[in-house]
Amino acid sequence: MTQAATLRDRAGTFGLSTEEFDLLVTRIGREPNALEAAIVGAMWSEHCGYKNSRPLFRHFPTTGPQVLQGPGENAGVVDIGDGWGVAFKMESHNHPSAVEPVQGAATGVGGILRDIFAMGARPFAVLDSLRFGNPDSPRTRFLLNGVVEGIAHYGNAIGVPTVGGEVTFHPSYQENPLVNVMALGLLRHEDLAKGTMGEVGNTIVYVGSKTGRDGLGGAVFASADLSNASQADRPAVQVGDPFMEKLLLEATLEAIQAGVVAGVQDMGAAGLVSSTCEMAYRAGLGITMDLDLVPTREDGMVPMELCLSESQERMILVPVPGKEQDLLDLLAKWELDVVTIGQVEGHTNYRLTWRGEVVCDLPVDLLNEAPKYTREGIESDEIRAKRERDLSGVPVPGDLGAVLTDLLSHPTIASKRPIYQRFDHQVMTNTVVVPGAADAAVMRVKGSGMGVAATSDCNPRFVYLDPYAGAAAAVAEAARNLACVGATPLAITDNLNFGNPHRPEVYYQLERAVHGIADACRHLNTPVTGGNVSLYNQYTEGDERVAIHPTPTIGMVGVLPDVTKRATLDLKGEGHTLYLIGEHADTIGASQYLETVHGLEAGHVPALDLTREQAVIDATLHLIRAGLTDTAHDCAEGGLAVALAEMAIAGHTGLSVTLNAPAETRPDALLYGEAHARILIATPDDAGTEAALTAQGVPFTRLGTSGGDTVTIALPDHHIHLSVTLSALTHAFTTPLAEILG
Amino acid sequence: MKTAVIQFPGSNCDGDALHAAQLLLDQDAQFVWHTEAGLPQGTELVFLPGGFSYGDHLRSGAIAARSPIMQAVKAHAERGGFVLGVCNGFQVLTESGLLPGALSRNRDLHFLCRPVHLRVENAGTAFTGAYTKGQVIEVPIAHGEGNYYADPETVARLEGNGQVVFRYTDNPNGSLNDIAGIINERGNVLGMMPHPERAVEALLGSEDGRGLFDSLVRAQAPA
Repeated sequence: MTQAATLRDRAGTFGLSTEEFDLLVTRIGREPNALEAAIVGAMWSEHCGYKNSRPLFRHFPTTGPQVLQGPGENAGVVDIGDGWGVAFKMESHNHPSAVEPVQGAATGVGGILRDIFAMGARPFAVLDSLRFGNPDSPRTRFLLNGVVEGIAHYGNAIGVPTVGGEVTFHPSYQENPLVNVMALGLLRHEDLAKGTMGEVGNTIVYVGSKTGRDGLGGAVFASADLSNASQADRPAVQVGDPFMEKLLLEATLEAIQAGVVAGVQDMGAAGLVSSTCEMAYRAGLGITMDLDLVPTREDGMVPMELCLSESQERMILVPVPGKEQDLLDLLAKWELDVVTIGQVEGHTNYRLTWRGEVVCDLPVDLLNEAPKYTREGIESDEIRAKRERDLSGVPVPGDLGAVLTDLLSHPTIASKRPIYQRFDHQVMTNTVVVPGAADAAVMRVKGSGMGVAATSDCNPRFVYLDPYAGAAAAVAEAARNLACVGATPLAITDNLNFGNPHRPEVYYQLERAVHGIADACRHLNTPVTGGNVSLYNQYTEGDERVAIHPTPTIGMVGVLPDVTKRATLDLKGEGHTLYLIGEHADTIGASQYLETVHGLEAGHVPALDLTREQAVIDATLHLIRAGLTDTAHDCAEGGLAVALAEMAIAGHTGLSVTLNAPAETRPDALLYGEAHARILIATPDDAGTEAALTAQGVPFTRLGTSGGDTVTIALPDHHIHLSVTLSALTHAFTTPLAEILG
Repeated sequence: MKTAVIQFPGSNCDGDALHAAQLLLDQDAQFVWHTEAGLPQGTELVFLPGGFSYGDHLRSGAIAARSPIMQAVKAHAERGGFVLGVCNGFQVLTESGLLPGALSRNRDLHFLCRPVHLRVENAGTAFTGAYTKGQVIEVPIAHGEGNYYADPETVARLEGNGQVVFRYTDNPNGSLNDIAGIINERGNVLGMMPHPERAVEALLGSEDGRGLFDSLVRAQAPA
């Protein structure tokens, strides 16, 4: 058996199909060696090469006057005015967190922060979108505690506040939790850095931690299904050191601001190879690196390990020609390992030497241009049947007040305080709106009057039942959440978490979701500036393949031109008038209520009208900026009644409202339906608010007033009057997460 | 009041300390790197900020307490200069012997970030003159190791001398006698776990920490 035949047979271990291996042989006109095959496998993995998802990305709107940097760099950047930009991106660390939650989550934070400061931006906020399985299971407790500890360990130590996110629970994530981390960084326009090798003759500088054997093959690991054998992949999970990252962060930013850096990139998935390959590709040049110079943590490391290790806290810097020594001196102040390991060449190959021999010599283009697969998506019959199910036979519960406390105590809806109080959410002294206080986090920008708002959103049940509408709804919800704090939505990053795309029903979800995001972003003028794809989120046990609910998490950033003009969700006092901007819900389809109370994931996702959505957003922003309200809250899981209860609980003030609707509308839909384009506000100025909303041309309804010590909701046309004490609601809302955390 | 904010590798509230100092004490307040042998000429207040100096390796504050700049900080304290240590800065002060006792893991073993209420127990110090004795203020905490411990004789001495300056009204971390902040006998070195620098702007939710900085502005360095 020849070596090539052996390698071809082993292509799968490098993450390549035999067709891909044959394509590689054809492209380079020779047989690759094992190192080359492994490097190609890593670069063509979904995690690095986006081979299944990139063909879909062309649908995304990616430009706009607010976009300083679109997709293709370490992170996107938006202009917020006054010469300031915000770099932001979201990334998943799902598979590492499934096998080692503490380090999996910690290194997720570390990785995304490096992407941000590689842009020349100082990280100033982190949000976490976390999804777990059954809240009562020991595995969920183990994973939740581990993930929270990992985020706290890393984020608190490095000193970047964790300001928001989501934590939800659904059985589809039982074995495969989702850990999506979003980070934001602030920069002056002139400090915007790029991940490029620059020009011929530039040197390539390695800085940060030494290279060890941890995280070997992480990109390939992240691009395969999880199984029981995944526990044996624990060495594929990296170990993070926030102290080292803090030094790296300060050193990198200092170097960029000193003007001695021509190019910079983090060594993330597929380590040294992917960072240097991508930088060479952007420059359109080849490079040569000497692997003998890579600082190592242990003896006897071979090229495969040196190239593909995912040891954390490592960066590649390319000095400005003539400033090499300045850069090395500056890095020395931070006591970091710094080595010049190669240079930029006039050729177009990616060339590595080890012990005096060339061990890899492949075209840079080949490595960066993974084959693209456009697959055929077919909707699952089972899911279509669930969506088309007739819900008219679902009974209306006799005690609709009990439903309210049941929903408030569902771990997906309940207060996340026991989690976020373990995160430092105030370090850097910019956090104006803290976790739990509103629908999005708000950070002030020191030295300006502005604020930056951020949110992460997705309702996977919507996406499961209707990938197009559900994904579009995630964008709409994110925009609505920003409006509820007084921020103009600017742009998104997305984290596409799906199952195995080789399955037609999964590819269908991915394809439809991408179209939904694209159309909503186009409509709401929030271009896509980057993102991350996590496929193969399914668990194989015996013959059964359990895919996660499709979860395209949307991270959205917005700007408050004047940070003092903002809103939070808590009622601010008694006697204020409550209004609903938008219209009442008329369906229980796809709702949390239907799932929690009736055990059904079924029905159509509420209809999405993006023109109406924009009108509701504009009206809310107008009221906040005109000083007519400082209380606003979106209606999401649990609908209007849950949103009202949350406002009352947060404000320590009861309320009394009346919902007028035709008797044929289901009362449970009015209370707990999840229609879009609805925002609740409270105001002491009825006349001014009504005049403003009328002028805005948006439908609105006066619901009632704040005050008292109950949440009382009357549906006169249905002869329903429910009233629950604030203390009972508060108890239901505040206790569940502490119990799950243990 | 001429202020120097000490930066150790791993400090992460250094920027916050500088921001508050520039806002309230000294618009020319500056950072001083841990490898420096001396403080800037004329330094009146040394601010040891929060964070995870040296990654909390060995023990919180233990390595920072032995860094070159701390010799200069000790000499500054011996001359009667003011020293304020917040959070990790407090840990550095106990590790360096400038204040007695130690800070260990929180009672429930978790990092905790939330506003707490503090009672001002001694309003007669240079750091608290703008408060009134018994006043309750709201200041955030953010720490995993803020559980104050000292031997019984030391605690008795601190209590007897009025050196317990701030006390939690609802102890979040298990500290002995609900101790949140203490001062040295001479009255020029204060350490506290809560973050007054995070509570100096209404925009961020509380201005109750301002009193500490206002007090320093009024105070004369003890001779």
